[in-house]
Amino acid sequence: MVQSLDRSQGRAGSVSAGSVNTHGTYTGNRALQIEEPLIFEMGQAGRCGVDLPEPPKVKERLNGLRRKGEIGLPGLSEPQVVQHFTRLSQKNYAIDMGVYPLGSCTMKHNPRINEKVARLAGIGDLHPLQPVSTVQGALELIDGLAHWLKTLTGMPAVAMSPAAGAHGEMCGMMAIAAALEAKGERAQRRTVLAPESAHGTNPATAAALGFVVKPIPANDRGRVDLAALKAALGPDVAAIMLTNPNTCGLFESEIVEISKAVHEAGAYFYCDGANFNAIVGRVRPGDLGIDCMHINLHKTFSTPHGGGGPGAGPVVLSAALAPYAPYPWIVKDGDTWRVAEDGGALKALGVDGLPLGRLKAFHGQMGMFTRALAYIMSHGADGLRQVAEDAVLNANYVMAALKDVMSPAFEGPCMHEALFDDSFLKDTGVSTLDFAKAMIDEGYHPMTMYFPLVVHGAMLIEPTESVAKEDLDQFIGALRSLTAKAKTGTAAEDFKAAPLYAPRRRLDETLAARKPVLRWKPSNNPPGGDPLKQAAE
Amino acid sequence: MRYLPLTDADRREMLSVIGAKSVDELFRDVPASARLAAKVGGLPDHQGELEVERAFQGFAAKNLSPAAAPFFIGAGAYRHHVPATVDYMIQRGEFLTSYTPYQPEITQGTLQYLFEFQTQVTLLTGMEVANASMYDGSTGTTEAVLMANRVTRRHKALISGGLHPQYRSIIETTAKWEGFTANFSKTDAEGLEDLIASVDRDTSCVVVQNPSFFGHVRDFTKLAEACHAAGALLIVVVTEVVSLGLLMPPGEMGADIVVCEGQSIGNGLGFGGPYVGLFATRDKYMRQMPGRLVGETVDADGKRGFVLTLSTREQHIRREKATSNICTNAGLCALAFTVHLTLLGEAGFTRLAELNHAKASQLADRIAALPGVSVLNDSFFNEFTVKLPKPAAEVVEALAAKRILGGLPVSRLIPNDPSVANLLLLAATETATDAGMDPLIAGLKEVL
Repeated sequence: MVQSLDRSQGRAGSVSAGSVNTHGTYTGNRALQIEEPLIFEMGQAGRCGVDLPEPPKVKERLNGLRRKGEIGLPGLSEPQVVQHFTRLSQKNYAIDMGVYPLGSCTMKHNPRINEKVARLAGIGDLHPLQPVSTVQGALELIDGLAHWLKTLTGMPAVAMSPAAGAHGEMCGMMAIAAALEAKGERAQRRTVLAPESAHGTNPATAAALGFVVKPIPANDRGRVDLAALKAALGPDVAAIMLTNPNTCGLFESEIVEISKAVHEAGAYFYCDGANFNAIVGRVRPGDLGIDCMHINLHKTFSTPHGGGGPGAGPVVLSAALAPYAPYPWIVKDGDTWRVAEDGGALKALGVDGLPLGRLKAFHGQMGMFTRALAYIMSHGADGLRQVAEDAVLNANYVMAALKDVMSPAFEGPCMHEALFDDSFLKDTGVSTLDFAKAMIDEGYHPMTMYFPLVVHGAMLIEPTESVAKEDLDQFIGALRSLTAKAKTGTAAEDFKAAPLYAPRRRLDETLAARKPVLRWKPSNNPPGGDPLKQAAE
Repeated sequence: MRYLPLTDADRREMLSVIGAKSVDELFRDVPASARLAAKVGGLPDHQGELEVERAFQGFAAKNLSPAAAPFFIGAGAYRHHVPATVDYMIQRGEFLTSYTPYQPEITQGTLQYLFEFQTQVTLLTGMEVANASMYDGSTGTTEAVLMANRVTRRHKALISGGLHPQYRSIIETTAKWEGFTANFSKTDAEGLEDLIASVDRDTSCVVVQNPSFFGHVRDFTKLAEACHAAGALLIVVVTEVVSLGLLMPPGEMGADIVVCEGQSIGNGLGFGGPYVGLFATRDKYMRQMPGRLVGETVDADGKRGFVLTLSTREQHIRREKATSNICTNAGLCALAFTVHLTLLGEAGFTRLAELNHAKASQLADRIAALPGVSVLNDSFFNEFTVKLPKPAAEVVEALAAKRILGGLPVSRLIPNDPSVANLLLLAATETATDAGMDPLIAGLKEVL
């Protein structure tokens, strides 16, 4: 059914001349959508996208280990490289293009001033191991962000080096292990409690550190079942890992009781701060009694997601955990900023601490610190509070405008994201996945699907504060229209066919996993047919 | 506030649709004791773009930019020229402001460049399969050790004295809290270490660096053979990925896992991050890899496309049974790497490596001619170790006072070890010039 001339990588030059493909164009392109081969299918020996001088002749000192064969990298000129990656970019949805309501991910506006200041000479080009006397401004910048994070969370200390949220979780849980060890209780406290609705990183982190993860059920209001939690607490429990606001988009209304019970049992409270954006400026997590919390700078403070990283996950720490913060410590010594990278340096500075070790080379994700601080300074204390309010308002507006046609998972107001289950699609033949894919044809990125796991066919919509009301109204209209169409009971086939207008239709993920092709090889695509396609047929 | 589209009229109208009198009502689940009645105190209010930019210029003015000084620092982060095209491309909103490609129909851009990235990494390292990137080389190295422990079901790693000291610290930290044994070979400034005799039937892996932290270039073929004979894996770490333009790739030496810091290609120094970790291994270990993987497939029309795949290894599916807790990669830094390496191509990347080696050779010859100073290395790529007649930390501070960024005193990363107190690590890349080497040589003559 698929002719070889329909090969996606086919430009006019590489297909049978004069053929017409299934889209009816000679090239396979559709106006602004240009089919693009891999760089490895484009390169020519003798082309290069840089001009470098002839190297001076020197005595080679490579211990006889000069590379023998070719590497196999393709050669492209600069304009070809620009066109290639520009065409690829046009196959991506992005915050810059419209509503991106991916729950739990917080796809808010990424201001460009943040990019500009991260690239300033004297910030973006500093070497991490320059003499400390030559990077005083950089250390002041890191401390400046640290001050904001501590003040906004009401916590006394922050570890800045974790590279991402999950890395921050590792840092926080290691700090808890270190505190338990200092008390001589590490061998005894081997259990970590986590709600069933937790992010997958929570149990993965706890398990990596040798803890046994015990799930805690939710009550019918989508919150932790306090009685079940209390029953699970005991002398074997090291910590609870709890996201607040939780992954159902709800504030854990009994959180003060939870932290009290956890502490009375001699355990620590790890708060997953992925959803801090919903409460920044309105609630200080320190007032809730937590012991540590990572902050995803790419969520709450808008550092770009970049197609999946880089992130940054500083961890705020209570007084009980602060001594165990990992290296490096940035310490002010009179008028001078110092970097302490070992116990001797801490002692010389007169600082008490028992750092848990080191989690990352150098000082953390400086480029993300710069962007986050620019975002924070742009908003200020007043603007950040407004951010939380508008994010919560937008989510509740979506909930209110859709609750008569879709099925909210829980009663009452939500925080920054609106959670629906799939009961409104019952007997329509349309699944959550189908519904989400149909949103693509309407010009939207789908919401988060099938997470949290505790809600059947979950659809988690997080508009963020960045969406204007008129755009939200159109989005709501589109979802109401899709809902009405699904409920006719005769549209399942249409939904299953979606998306029709995206750069690609639904992709065969089973094939990808069954016969993994994870790199290009010349033999991947031999002349005369594509083995992958044959497998698919 | 310029980033917030809602007007007060919008807010009133939306509240009425919701059926709430005020926004406060929406926060009613917050315990009363924790509700802040007003903004957080003691912090400034919002500022315009001009004021924000000015503040950051203020931070920058207190630093010495490498662009404004003769510069010779490496030690795991290298100053290279990044073409303007790279920085332009990664700032395209379609890349910059997209999320993890969970909806492949509308993220083929990200997925295809990651597939190209994975292929580039396998080619450079001489390995069979690579993931879509790690946070950086330092954390990737520890993930490689954890993977080797999984593959071999053993829990004793042997760590070379030539591995970057901070990478060693991360392994040490992880070993302590995750519960495995890491044996650290002593600091190997001379490049003479031989780990073969230390590999035994309990060893899960041996971790070496090439070129080593001190710059030595080594052939690990025999070590690989010894590892395999004992059922252990060889992990080769490369902190200067440009070296792979000139050096035999670790895959040819028999490495089982290769981890590189990819910062040198496409990514600026950035005071230490974000960088990009390259992670490659053999096909047979594919399902034990940490991190994301992009694979080729077809869509409903039979057209080639790409998806995230083998995610049953990952935390969002496997939870406490995942291969790693890692949830993200370094997507945009991987894009920078791929765009830069595509611009370079075979010819450009090879020449870039030649240039680096030549500049470092020129610098080494000039340094070796200084009285009382010796170069420890017989072999190196673009970085080497120098023995000074006095503590290197003092020398580097004295050079900095002359606005010369003259290398890294080894004692900064290996404190409390008198044997390294006088050692200075110097790097020269294609950005080094005679005009920059002259003041370094003159400065060293003055302060030594």
